[in-house]
Amino acid sequence: MTAPIIRVRDLVKDFHVTRGRGGPPAILRAVNHISFDIRQGTTLGLVGESGSGKSTTGRLLVGLIPVTSGEIGLFGETITGAGGDRALAKVRSKLQFVFQDPHGSLNPRMRVGDCIAEPIDVGGGWTRRDRADRVSELLETVGLPRAVAERFPHEFSGGQRQRIGIARALALKPDFIVCDEPVSALDVSMQAQIINLLLDLQEKLGLSYLFIAHDLAVVRSIATDVAVMYAGALVEQAPKAVLYAAPKHPYTEALLEAVPRPDPDRVRSAALGGEIPSILNPPPGCAFAARCPKVMEMCRSERPAPRPTGDGHVVACHLY
Amino acid sequence: MAAPLLEVNDLTVRFRTDAGWMTAVDHVSLAVGEGEALGIVGESGSGKSVTALSILRLHAGPTTRMPTGKVMYGGRDLLGLPMRDMRAIRGSEIAMIFQDPMSSLNPVLTIADQIGESLRLHQGLDHATARRRAVELLDLVRIPDAARRVDEYPHRLSGGMRQRVMIAIAIACRPKLLIADEPTTALDVTIQAQILDLLRDLQAELGMSVILITHDMGVIAEFARRVMVMYAGRVVETAPVGQLFRRPLHPYTDGLLAAIPKLDVDVRRLPAIPGSIPDPTAVIPGCRYSPRCPMVQARCRTEAPDLLPAGPERQARCPPRVAALEHAA
Amino acid sequence: MADATMSYQPALASGEAIAARRRFRILRKLLHHRSFMVGFVIVLVMVMAALLAPLTGIDPNKMAIRFRFRPPQDAYWFGTDQFGRDLFTRTLYGAQLSLWIGLSVAVLSGVIGAAIGVLSAQFRRLDSLLMRIMDALMAAPAILLAIGLGAALGPQTHSVIIALAVAYIPRTARIVRASALVTRELEFIEAARVAGASSLRIMFRHLLPNATGPLLVQSTFVFAYAILAEAALSFLGIGPPPPAPSWGNIIAEGRSFAVQSWWIMLFPGFAISLAALGMNLLGDGLRDVLDPRLKVEG
Repeated sequence: MTAPIIRVRDLVKDFHVTRGRGGPPAILRAVNHISFDIRQGTTLGLVGESGSGKSTTGRLLVGLIPVTSGEIGLFGETITGAGGDRALAKVRSKLQFVFQDPHGSLNPRMRVGDCIAEPIDVGGGWTRRDRADRVSELLETVGLPRAVAERFPHEFSGGQRQRIGIARALALKPDFIVCDEPVSALDVSMQAQIINLLLDLQEKLGLSYLFIAHDLAVVRSIATDVAVMYAGALVEQAPKAVLYAAPKHPYTEALLEAVPRPDPDRVRSAALGGEIPSILNPPPGCAFAARCPKVMEMCRSERPAPRPTGDGHVVACHLY
Repeated sequence: MAAPLLEVNDLTVRFRTDAGWMTAVDHVSLAVGEGEALGIVGESGSGKSVTALSILRLHAGPTTRMPTGKVMYGGRDLLGLPMRDMRAIRGSEIAMIFQDPMSSLNPVLTIADQIGESLRLHQGLDHATARRRAVELLDLVRIPDAARRVDEYPHRLSGGMRQRVMIAIAIACRPKLLIADEPTTALDVTIQAQILDLLRDLQAELGMSVILITHDMGVIAEFARRVMVMYAGRVVETAPVGQLFRRPLHPYTDGLLAAIPKLDVDVRRLPAIPGSIPDPTAVIPGCRYSPRCPMVQARCRTEAPDLLPAGPERQARCPPRVAALEHAA
Repeated sequence: MADATMSYQPALASGEAIAARRRFRILRKLLHHRSFMVGFVIVLVMVMAALLAPLTGIDPNKMAIRFRFRPPQDAYWFGTDQFGRDLFTRTLYGAQLSLWIGLSVAVLSGVIGAAIGVLSAQFRRLDSLLMRIMDALMAAPAILLAIGLGAALGPQTHSVIIALAVAYIPRTARIVRASALVTRELEFIEAARVAGASSLRIMFRHLLPNATGPLLVQSTFVFAYAILAEAALSFLGIGPPPPAPSWGNIIAEGRSFAVQSWWIMLFPGFAISLAALGMNLLGDGLRDVLDPRLKVEG
């Protein structure tokens, strides 16, 4: 098996939330000791509902947000801890990010060509000719005509704008792209086009992805491995086939059960009760204990550590 | 079907935009029976939300025109009613819930006030009675600790809770028809499942009809008995839910079902519908779907197809497919 | 791959049509906006009057004591003042000076205010410091501030401009800062940071261009305020030094004769009101057209 290009160990991110009434700021633990690897040429699907910490994780990985503790290794460089900034600068051109909101992810005052060339312009040193050629090349790669470069983003639909965002991400030939809910804001008929585009690019350019989504079906269509997050913790990880066929964590089971299928004959079991817990004052023990149908005494007091159960499957649950 | 509770006949809605007049809803008809769950499914620009808003005349204004159509309810055309009668119907006989629970509740009023508003207005209840009824309603929508929650402000509730409050406000006066416009789109999957279960149970308990509008085919399959598919302002297919999924007639329905990412099987590449949804101001000759249709014929580009009957409770706006069905039969 | 390319093609046809129409949308909307057009015409007329002042062939400073205090008549459209100078010509030349002051103040406070605004939005620690300074400046009414500064700097045109600019910088800075704070939360800023963009690039390539709408609108209002304030400063003797005609100066000089020779104060006063009104209407129109326009159409 190829060595992982992305290594995350025991990652923690705390946000300090100032409370209105004075007093010390509360600590919001958005990412709670998570670890995972991503191998070259594969896609890790990161799944979770709101408050799961998946978007924060994505941003931590590319250095958009500083880490509270833990280790992130990208292409052999450790970008956390001492000397992290320098390490990040070295590998920055290999990383990129695709955003969720097609309307907010492009500067409305910049022409499409300039938006796409931003990574090039920031680094500098390209001739005008080379820059223009690269922009045309990128547009063609994502299936858009060259003339698009002279227009402004608001002249295009959501799906087209996402393609532009992807073109921008490819500008400096990255090896790894974090895709944060790239199709959630698109119509169904457009989602398939963009997913197919991402898959094609992965094959053609040997890319690796961290694909963040809340939609399990979308993740199934693109991921190699899947990791499930709940309230900041990574509760289960497995290769795709294993996770969907035989999920182990009760939350993953509940999540899979809750998704409506386009099959009128399907009878869904009663929905999981309760609410996603507030990560502002997390209760001790397992974050899922309050809603878990298989909860045991120890779940409420002891946080379960992730344990491998064979076949590349890792679960953080006292049942295993 | 017995006499429908609500019937929309040949509704057309046009808006004035910077680029000229656009037709958001193009000669749309639908009917909902008593206690029935009708699903309207479509993507952006399909006109599904505008159709729903038109039933309660919620978007009429200087930039809106409704050149054709009637909305028949209780023997009267809602589009022609004086505002005072319309207001008497809104909230008490026909109610509506919306997509975004964050902005649908007034942040400076307590839950009790907001639920009570409808009760005081339509049933003339006094404050104390209205408050008691509000607590009952919160229990009905399964909000735990209702007696305490009723005095809270919306910002202290989660998205799922706020949606339940919206539902409580909507059903406060036991409406005959509930229109739900993408009620679960902004919610997490596990919460969505709870809300759908709740809506289904309420529908059974109160004998309410429900029009559920969504872009999610899975939600439709779970909830609706009959489905109407809309594309670019027109109805392209209606069918009982089983038939729609098992034997869709319109190529757009086909395309949509194929393009949905599948949760239960691995697919190498999702068959995507080529092209994109037409601009609302664009004028397309012939069938609106023809630029993207994989089985397009010459006449599809020139003749605008009618909605043709294709069996009991079935219609489809695709003459070649309907004809093929008849031949097969 | 072919799938993705092919799938785009039909969409472009409608895209072409849309783009062509949208390019001049703002312009057409402005042309249809009544207030804007009225304001625009007024301002245009004033600017033309200022530029064409030399065409009268009359020297605005030429005194003719024999013809002083003439009321408006055929030879002297706006009458003459206490030195027999032709008020019509003086008012036209006054337009040059007053409009120039208005423009300079608007541009100066715009540029400096915008810089402070984006700096505050980008650097949170600098934000507290800068905003407290702005608050301090705003604590005094702009006109008093200008008077104080003007008195300190001496009665010259450029000190008037500096004093007024300083007085209006805080408001502009706040508006640009507000816009930049909103822009900062948008994802394209994150995209720029992922690409390694420096704070400088983010401020001037991303935050500032997206603040031009509110900035432009605010500048038109500052222009109007500045013209009015110049009149007040001249009234108090710290405006542009006489005999150079500015509207404020003319009014100031005419106040001793307000009752008998009312025309001395009337016409420049009217000019000031008209200019301020014109600019305000222009600004209102711009704001109406630009604000909803900036909202992205889904």
